[in-house]
Amino acid sequence: MSMPELSSAGMSETLIEEGDAPASKKIEGRSPWRLAYERLRHDRAAKIALATILVVVLLALLAPVFAKILGHGPNQQFIDIGENANGGPVPPSGTFWLGTDNNGRDLFIRILYGARISLIVGVLATGISVVLGVVLGLAAGYIGGLVDTVIARLIDVMLSIPFLILAISIAYISGPSLFLVIIIVGVLSFTYLARIVRGQVISIKSREFIEAARALGARPWRIMFVDLLPNVMAQVIVYATLLIPAAIVFEASLSFLGVGVPPPTADWGAMISDASGFFQYGYWWFLFFPSVALLTTTLAFNIFGDSVRDALDPRGAGIYV
Amino acid sequence: MATGHAMETNPAPAADAPDGDDMLLRVENLVKYFPIKGTGWFREKEQVHAVDGVSLSVPRGQTFGVVGETGCGKSTLARCIARLHDVTSGRIVFDGQDITQLSQRRMRPLRREIQMIFQDPIGSLNPRRRVGSIIGDPYAIHGLAAGAERKRLVQELMERVGLNPEHFNRFPAEFSGGQRQRIGVARALAFRPKLIICDEPVSALDVSIQAQVINLLADLQADFGLTYIFIAHDLSVVRHVSNSIAVMYLGKVTEIAPADTLFTLPRHPYSGALLSAVPIPNPDQSDQRQQIILAGDVPSPIAPPSGCRFHPRCPKAAPVCVSEDPPLEPRLGDGPEHVAACHLPMAEGENLADFSPSISAEERVVEVEGSLLPDDAAPDATAIADALPARGEGGKP
Amino acid sequence: MTLLEVEDLKVSFNTPDGVVQAVRGVSYHIEAGQTLGIVGESGSGKSVSTQTIMGLTKGAQISGRALFEGQDLLTASPEQMRAIRGAKIGMVFQDPLSSLHPYYTVGWQIIEMIRLHDEISKDQAVKRAVELLRLVGIPQPDRRVNDYPHQFSGGMRQRAMIAMAMALNPALLIADEPTTALDVTVQAQVLRVIRRMQEVFGTAVILITHDLGVIADVADEVLVMYGGKVMERADRRTLFFASHHPYTEGLLQSMPAYGGERGRLHPIAGQPPSLLAPPPGCPFAPRCVYVMDRCRQEEPPLDPAGEEPGHLSACWLPHITADREAIRRRVAHVELAKSAGPAGA
Repeated sequence: MSMPELSSAGMSETLIEEGDAPASKKIEGRSPWRLAYERLRHDRAAKIALATILVVVLLALLAPVFAKILGHGPNQQFIDIGENANGGPVPPSGTFWLGTDNNGRDLFIRILYGARISLIVGVLATGISVVLGVVLGLAAGYIGGLVDTVIARLIDVMLSIPFLILAISIAYISGPSLFLVIIIVGVLSFTYLARIVRGQVISIKSREFIEAARALGARPWRIMFVDLLPNVMAQVIVYATLLIPAAIVFEASLSFLGVGVPPPTADWGAMISDASGFFQYGYWWFLFFPSVALLTTTLAFNIFGDSVRDALDPRGAGIYV
Repeated sequence: MATGHAMETNPAPAADAPDGDDMLLRVENLVKYFPIKGTGWFREKEQVHAVDGVSLSVPRGQTFGVVGETGCGKSTLARCIARLHDVTSGRIVFDGQDITQLSQRRMRPLRREIQMIFQDPIGSLNPRRRVGSIIGDPYAIHGLAAGAERKRLVQELMERVGLNPEHFNRFPAEFSGGQRQRIGVARALAFRPKLIICDEPVSALDVSIQAQVINLLADLQADFGLTYIFIAHDLSVVRHVSNSIAVMYLGKVTEIAPADTLFTLPRHPYSGALLSAVPIPNPDQSDQRQQIILAGDVPSPIAPPSGCRFHPRCPKAAPVCVSEDPPLEPRLGDGPEHVAACHLPMAEGENLADFSPSISAEERVVEVEGSLLPDDAAPDATAIADALPARGEGGKP
Repeated sequence: MTLLEVEDLKVSFNTPDGVVQAVRGVSYHIEAGQTLGIVGESGSGKSVSTQTIMGLTKGAQISGRALFEGQDLLTASPEQMRAIRGAKIGMVFQDPLSSLHPYYTVGWQIIEMIRLHDEISKDQAVKRAVELLRLVGIPQPDRRVNDYPHQFSGGMRQRAMIAMAMALNPALLIADEPTTALDVTVQAQVLRVIRRMQEVFGTAVILITHDLGVIADVADEVLVMYGGKVMERADRRTLFFASHHPYTEGLLQSMPAYGGERGRLHPIAGQPPSLLAPPPGCPFAPRCVYVMDRCRQEEPPLDPAGEEPGHLSACWLPHITADREAIRRRVAHVELAKSAGPAGA
């Protein structure tokens, strides 16, 4: 045999194509978000938590429907059948599925309407926190210098203020309302996110791709929002999902103290506050069901938030690369 | 279609040519210090002397190599030229224009003429952005093209650098190291700049891929008339791509020479030591040569040595080297294209191993007595026994 | 006398993307006092194979044998491995900053290592540590022994690591890319230290690197790995001047020192291999200029090639130089045609 047989296909392939490795075909289209989604899909706890959240949301959305079905709203008082002889609440029955409160109102409907308040505040307040936190965190981290100092001190000041006392004072002065609650919760919670974003930005901004952007002549705003923000989003999402339950609890606390949503609006915190005085007399359902509702909702968000964090950042704390 | 290098027949130009038109870039006495933040009220004004008076000229259409070890300031020099850092003092003249003090706003249009390729293929691309968006950045930032037009231009660039244009929407993590480096090249090329500063562009790549990228850079230079400043620590790569090479040590240029001359007839002892330290992938040559092993490490750029910065480690050091900083000029009858900053440059055929320094022991770095490092060291038998147990004794059963 | 004998080592990892076959049947041996260089690029499996032998890969599927002084390291118990690591086999890694504990002084780490294996007093151990540091050229070793790793420069840290690895006079030293992160002049120092240590103490050294220059400098025998397998084994001169395997040839050709006088370099076309779903046959087939149909179907065994005893090559090509020259010329011709115009053979 004088010359080994060469496959002609082999020759042209290796010479002409300096193309893809097989690996790239394997992971085609696998963006970091996609990979995170895959991880989330296999997380049992996340699925259960998400299902719970969706149930809560659904119930909240359908609250008026339930009111229609049952024939009464959250603020309707049934003094005759809704209260017992001593003026206390009646236990769960066919008419009132979860019983009534001390004013004879249907607990079940009130809990559904209370869910609306909690979710609205939770989501909107978190939204405010996210916007404030991201913008200030990006500015402080990237621009640095005086801007950073001012924002950092602002955050320090906000963190030193006793939240509840401030909230109580404001509510006392201008009268409690849903709008006020959302603003208070949102503004007082941005510091958490701002610090995280700032920290991330500081560790990313010395990376070469930021230098490359500067070398291309990109302006600071563009670098912040086009280059830095996507790298920070993962952490922002994680902490935002954990901020929602915190906001819900914050709101419930405000209402518990009487400076949140004003009565007679159905609100879990207010209900718990009202119920605590009646518990010792054996009217357990009044305290139990709103508490369970609050606990379940916050737990579901917390567990989901944890799973989101694991999915987006499997190595734990640190920049997702 | 042009192939091969523009550099094959071009001789290296004078390192100090007075004619401004030929020189795309002139750097004059560039100094860049970084302050070290002290603690407390009375801060010691300590500075890192990253770049301490560098002058060089880069002719149009050629490749100017810069080599040096850690702390020599080559990366800082690159970033100063690209105006990513502000300069402490000195001048940078690009295409006849003094760009040293330009504000970032005035610099913006010039960014289209000076671009950079970075070392780290992973770090120099935003992991959270798609490749098409990364390469399209130059067009987006300067409002040059948008939408379908931008996509077309980006895909053209991708093809030009050897990437599959259909991978427009992929993320950097889905590419190999060599491909990522090509993405970086595409991004730098978008503007059709005049000058591309390559900061260790192939150091992080596998050997077989390095050659691909080097060939690519050569092709692009021929096609677009690019001028490169090529920074690397791999001397054989630098020799291959450069017309002239500058050697840097501790923030200063110690020698500038045409590429081949630097390797056959270095004047500065540091260049000699550097060359002798480079491993040669040829066992016969490797066995025959006598390696100069410098004692000690590169000193810190915070408090550089007096006079010639290399004197503590130089085999030829003399008292004049401690007291006077030698100027960068032609030595031993060389022409203007070959300059060295040395009082006692190496003559042809000189072997550094034959020399020993004539300065006192306090002024230089000495190899530790009793160490294995010097060539002729025959370690003390007792010293060895002191250090190590006989084999077989160590280790619990 | 064979010190370490590795037989058909296979290592794979389960990852969310699939099974990564990092090492796919690697066999080699090293004699006492010999320096074996293992050269390969990313994905070749060179680091994983030695780490696995030392028991440092957790959660991997391992098969094969690694016989050291009669004992199979792959099936040894943790206690047995602990007795071997350090005392019989020393290891030096690429990045000394992450291999040395930042909170303990360098001296303490060496002393702790010594005293783990040897019943000697603390004073004696300190004396030994100081002498070790002196041997590797750390200045003022009696003072430096109390310094922390961050107070050492990169080259000194690496030399301190070598001192630590040699502290118990092991029979074998495994150095995994010890100089990759170092400057050229510092690299020369570290390689000199390793070579001298070997001369004086007769240690066998496995040196893993991607730099063929380093191989030419220190290795006696060389193993070339690619895609998790051994492509070629030869002694130093044979590898550089009379190699057989196309991958070795490609590597040598693609280096600037070799590639045509200032003309185009001759890279190896293509990309490093994927270890996720390796195609059948020779792992280098997708990039080989001499590829035949057989290469894509059957894996070539590591068989003797050429005249030198001990020269092994995993390739289906016969060892007929003239024929290979002819192929090479044809290949070069095609490449030239390609760069001149549209693709066409």
